[in-house]
Amino acid sequence: MPAVSKGDGMRGLAVFISDIRNCKSKEAEIKRINKELANIRSKFKGDKALDGYSKKKYVCKLLFIFLLGHDIDFGHMEAVNLLSSNKYTEKQIGYLFISVLVNSNSELIRLINNAIKNDLSSRNPTFMCLALHCIANVGSREMAEAFAGEIPRILVAGDTMDSVKQSAALCLLRLYKTSPDLVLMGEWTSRVVHLLNDQHMGVVTAAISLITCLSQKNPDEFKTCVSLAVSRLSRIVSSASTDLQDYTYYFVPAPWLSCKLLRLLQCYPPPEDGAVKGRLVECLETILNKAQEPPKSKKVQHSNAKNAILFEAISLIIHYDSEPNLLVRACNQLGQFLQHRETNLRYLALESMCTLASSEFSHEAVKTHIETVINALKTERDVSVRQRAADLLYAMCDRSNAKQIVAEMLSYLETADYSIREEMVLKVAILAEKYAVDYSWYVDTILNLIRIAGDYVSEEVWYRVIQIVINRDDVQGYAAKTVFEALQAPACHENMVKVGGYILGEFGNLIAGDPRSSPLVQFNLLHSKFHLCSVPTRALLLSAYIKFINLFPETKSTIQEVLRSDSQIRNSDVELQQRAVEYLKLSSIASTDVLATVLEEMPPFPERESSILAKLKKKKGPGAVSVNELEEGKREGGELNGGGERGGDSSTSAVGSTPSPSADLLGLRAGPPVTAAAPSAGSLLVDVFSEAGVNDDGFLRFVCKNNGVLFENQLLQIGIKSEYRQNLGRMYLFYGNKTSVQFVTFTTTLNVQAKPVEPLIEGGAQVQQVINIECLTDFSDAPLLNIKFRYGGALQNLTLKLPVTINKFFQPTEMASHDFFQRWKQLSLPQQEAQKIFKANHAMDTEVLKAKLLGLGMALLENVDPNPENFVCAGVIQTKAQQVGSLLRLEPNAQAQMYRLTVRSSKDTVSKRLCELLAEQF
Amino acid sequence: MIGGLFIYNHKGEVLISRVYRDDIGRNAVDAFRVNVIHARQQVRSPVTNFARTSFFHVKRSNIWLAAVTKQNVNAAMVFEFLYKMCDVMTAYFSKISEENIKNNFVLIYELLDEILDFGYPQNSETGALKTFITQQGIKSQTKEEQSQITSQVTGQIGWRREGIKYRRNELFLDVLESVNLLMSPQGQVLSAHVSGRVVMKSYLSGMPECKFGMNDKIVIDKQGKGGTTDDSGKSGKQSIAIDDCTFHQCVRLSKFDSERSISFIPPDGEYELMRYRTTKDIILPFRVIPLVREVGRTKLEVKVVIKSNFKPSLLAQKIEVRIPTPLNTSGVQVICMKGKAKYKASENAIVWKIKRMAGMKESQISAEIELLPTNDKKKWARPPISMNFEVPFAPSGLKVRYLKVFEPKLNYSDHDVIKWVRYIGRSGIYETRC
Repeated sequence: MPAVSKGDGMRGLAVFISDIRNCKSKEAEIKRINKELANIRSKFKGDKALDGYSKKKYVCKLLFIFLLGHDIDFGHMEAVNLLSSNKYTEKQIGYLFISVLVNSNSELIRLINNAIKNDLSSRNPTFMCLALHCIANVGSREMAEAFAGEIPRILVAGDTMDSVKQSAALCLLRLYKTSPDLVLMGEWTSRVVHLLNDQHMGVVTAAISLITCLSQKNPDEFKTCVSLAVSRLSRIVSSASTDLQDYTYYFVPAPWLSCKLLRLLQCYPPPEDGAVKGRLVECLETILNKAQEPPKSKKVQHSNAKNAILFEAISLIIHYDSEPNLLVRACNQLGQFLQHRETNLRYLALESMCTLASSEFSHEAVKTHIETVINALKTERDVSVRQRAADLLYAMCDRSNAKQIVAEMLSYLETADYSIREEMVLKVAILAEKYAVDYSWYVDTILNLIRIAGDYVSEEVWYRVIQIVINRDDVQGYAAKTVFEALQAPACHENMVKVGGYILGEFGNLIAGDPRSSPLVQFNLLHSKFHLCSVPTRALLLSAYIKFINLFPETKSTIQEVLRSDSQIRNSDVELQQRAVEYLKLSSIASTDVLATVLEEMPPFPERESSILAKLKKKKGPGAVSVNELEEGKREGGELNGGGERGGDSSTSAVGSTPSPSADLLGLRAGPPVTAAAPSAGSLLVDVFSEAGVNDDGFLRFVCKNNGVLFENQLLQIGIKSEYRQNLGRMYLFYGNKTSVQFVTFTTTLNVQAKPVEPLIEGGAQVQQVINIECLTDFSDAPLLNIKFRYGGALQNLTLKLPVTINKFFQPTEMASHDFFQRWKQLSLPQQEAQKIFKANHAMDTEVLKAKLLGLGMALLENVDPNPENFVCAGVIQTKAQQVGSLLRLEPNAQAQMYRLTVRSSKDTVSKRLCELLAEQF
Repeated sequence: MIGGLFIYNHKGEVLISRVYRDDIGRNAVDAFRVNVIHARQQVRSPVTNFARTSFFHVKRSNIWLAAVTKQNVNAAMVFEFLYKMCDVMTAYFSKISEENIKNNFVLIYELLDEILDFGYPQNSETGALKTFITQQGIKSQTKEEQSQITSQVTGQIGWRREGIKYRRNELFLDVLESVNLLMSPQGQVLSAHVSGRVVMKSYLSGMPECKFGMNDKIVIDKQGKGGTTDDSGKSGKQSIAIDDCTFHQCVRLSKFDSERSISFIPPDGEYELMRYRTTKDIILPFRVIPLVREVGRTKLEVKVVIKSNFKPSLLAQKIEVRIPTPLNTSGVQVICMKGKAKYKASENAIVWKIKRMAGMKESQISAEIELLPTNDKKKWARPPISMNFEVPFAPSGLKVRYLKVFEPKLNYSDHDVIKWVRYIGRSGIYETRC
């Protein structure tokens, strides 16, 4: 780069800037700027030609004024003129102005593009670099359209200078990130990959960024880069610190390049070629060895560079997860860092260990550091490090050390930071449940948890303890005794009162034998807390009281007295008042038999995923410790401790969903189960959150209904509301942001007309989009909805099938039996009929089937088919082009759990499609 | 009530900070600085609200005065207080500037203690304050003087102390008006009002009782009732309709309500007797006739004629016409018959100054403005042409009919008092659209 000569310093600019700096107030500054702008305008007026120097000076001033926050609406032409200058400084200023102030003025864009083209085709490397930088800085779609074809050519051309190659690679990367569809690598792929072999380290560093980004999109095309990267890496790693001259940073050879190489390798599975793999393992070992060597310099930069490579290598080892030897070595290396002086290193070590803990090879090795980690949790000064330590403890926990870890976490909880308490509570609750061998320990732990950090115990945690106590008869007595003792503390948390109320209400009889906890004592104890509690808790306590009446008839009069008191029966809260009145009546009118039936002990809860785990997942958001791994371990744990004996209970899971008077008290059942037989028996914890195939699932669910949630993951929830009339439909899409961060540049594209949606969704907010649909003719493919948005920095892309199916345009037709069969016969051509025989996916419930068929949109015809088990339907599909009459017959076979579905319609494609759609539904 | 009072310099540094109530925290100081003084956009509202705290501010040259409260206070009261506070400070150390405030900060804190108590405004009469808050330090006072201060601060007539004596009893009365106008290019009045003040300087002995009379319509009509109908019609022509007015605390409001007479015991020295506003029958001293012609995209021709509209014997002074120019002006040529005209690039305007101009005259300026073609398709907003001037009469038509002084205890009568009356009309926001 040519040095800026002394004579090029612009005095006028310097004076202007110092004037601005000296301004006492905003008004003075505006005055000065107005004056300068008027001066520049008069200079640019055009009667006299300006020389390059003054043009440059004035463009500089304009740029400075713009950067101060004022609007600039002229001078673009002068800046473009500067581009064609032959002087470096003038060209540079021109490009700077264009990069900062470009707007979509079509005329100027053409001129700018022309100038850039000229520079790109010039042989002058500095000019080429300037042009490339400008393209990258602007990075607009227009730029990409104009130059995406040109830049790869420059990148791989043999005669291009190294510095230009670097710029070209980075420029291409930038264009690829903004408009990936325009940058087509195709023919260049192999030559770009071979840039990894380039002599010049700078070119390699630039190229590897590009390759990493490209290979994330199409890994297969760039597969060849693995072996090249490995050989490059081994050359760097094995080189002495003096070999690479310019690229040695504080005695570490090419640290940035090494990190990038290691990161590139993390995009691919371990190499299959033995030789390559051997070489890579050797490299990794060398890196680990080097970490053990005494440092060559005391400077912090040296150790930073060295550690950066080391951590990148360890993540690669974790990524491969196949070399037990390396994993254990990595773990030991991290163990050393756990006690390092540097806080950042400790943090990173804990973080990496979290992932190491989930690998089967290194789990044991990680466990050896438990004392250090516990110590870190207790003594660390930095809260973020403590947080990581807690994460790691959670990750390394298994049956052997669960009791120790849970105890440590509990004792730490008393002094923990408020910011991490809730998460800690959830973790303790999950660990206690996952590794509980003996349920009295579990109950103790959770009650302790509520006692220590009651404010942070979320609903899910105490719901869960009640679920478990109710489902397991062996702990019920112990639980009742423990809560009774816990409640005797003068001040106990409201959550404790809730758990206490519920458990004593259910199982108070188990401890009533002891005179110290006689029914009346229990009741008085609970009632003494009553006045300190919030409304929902009071409601719960009232339910507990009525259960007491059932359990202990001797308390009836006392409790009735309480219920009858004005503060209950005339309570201003409707819920409380209603409960008091109803329970009072129930207790005085109903006979003991009725009472016993109504207030029977709660049936066991159906087994499903622990609500706590779901909550923890939600809290974590994206990019935290991989939750799936935790789940994996959790499932195992579940089978270990619960599986065998729980088998017999599966039949009762259906009972859980039949309504019982106080079952909804806890709000545990989240709506009627759509898939009635979904949770199979066996493991204690069933994951209903699996995300594979969720897109299609969502689609199929909407065949028979119009409203609901189409898609949901940790970031985004998409709800749908739709209505159809004849061949027209209107669909409302609701995009809900589940995170607290806003989504930017949110766009949806659809091959149907759609109103544009707000490009920005605030954290926690929801936006709505309306789609109008008209059915022109019959169809079988659903429209695709493509959603793109930025969350944090990352571009998210999502393609969903919109649940618009042919059956949405049904008009139900009622007809008598006679009519039906007449039409049925009319549609007897073989291609008009589609038939399918399939196995039932769900339970064969007549009501559910009826509801589904009605949801389909056809009229359900009663008393048509001679067999009452069968269903027949009729309807007309309204399209703009024509109307298609359709008839349907569904014959369930309860013994074989099979269905036969026959659809006849006047158009063969319609019958086929309907048949396919419906077959998935039953 | 006012929770605290802060004074900042133009950079947003706090010069004075006085908190009267606990609900105002120290962070309120920063909140105002960040959100108003250093705000990205200029904050135009004098009342702003952040985090349930209200800030009322006024700006005097480079100095910001901000009153803070968390309560729902009477905003007019707060601003009245702030203006009063400015007056008090000007009376003590003339100009309100950063340097003056820094030099007098002890005094200012002392004043703040006196004029605000727990956020409630107290006596802010400069004359009264000066008797016990001095810049020279307290001279040792006699017992009588001390007791006098007490009776004065707590007594009925807080604004005047007893035992004042002058050799010459003199009275100065100024009627100061500012006339505001917005006129359409065709000469139609879109809005116009006059806000006026009657400012007095009194140097009178003892405890005199004064009576002030002006040509207020209601008063004149009332007096006219006794006479013939002809008479009332005649006098009605000279009388003016006052839309609203406020008085100095010394005026007896009960008497004004019942008899419409303004009687008072005046404070010593300078004070503002009343403030008023009129909107009807305003004499507009100047008429501006603009003519703007756009010649193509790069040229603009402007011609402005001003006509003075008052008695030829009177002279208007300090006339300044400000003609805004488009933002893409690249050059200006001006020709004017009278006075001096100049294009001021820093203010984006042509400023035309005339020192003196008699009534019923006219003068004109013509300018050629060259424009630079821009990428912006936005049209020029054409801001109005504004004007400044000073005329020796009251544009509202207000006349002082009498000002009588009675002092029963001392032996001087109304005739012995020398009275001076002066009328000054100034321009407020005096604009004509073009």
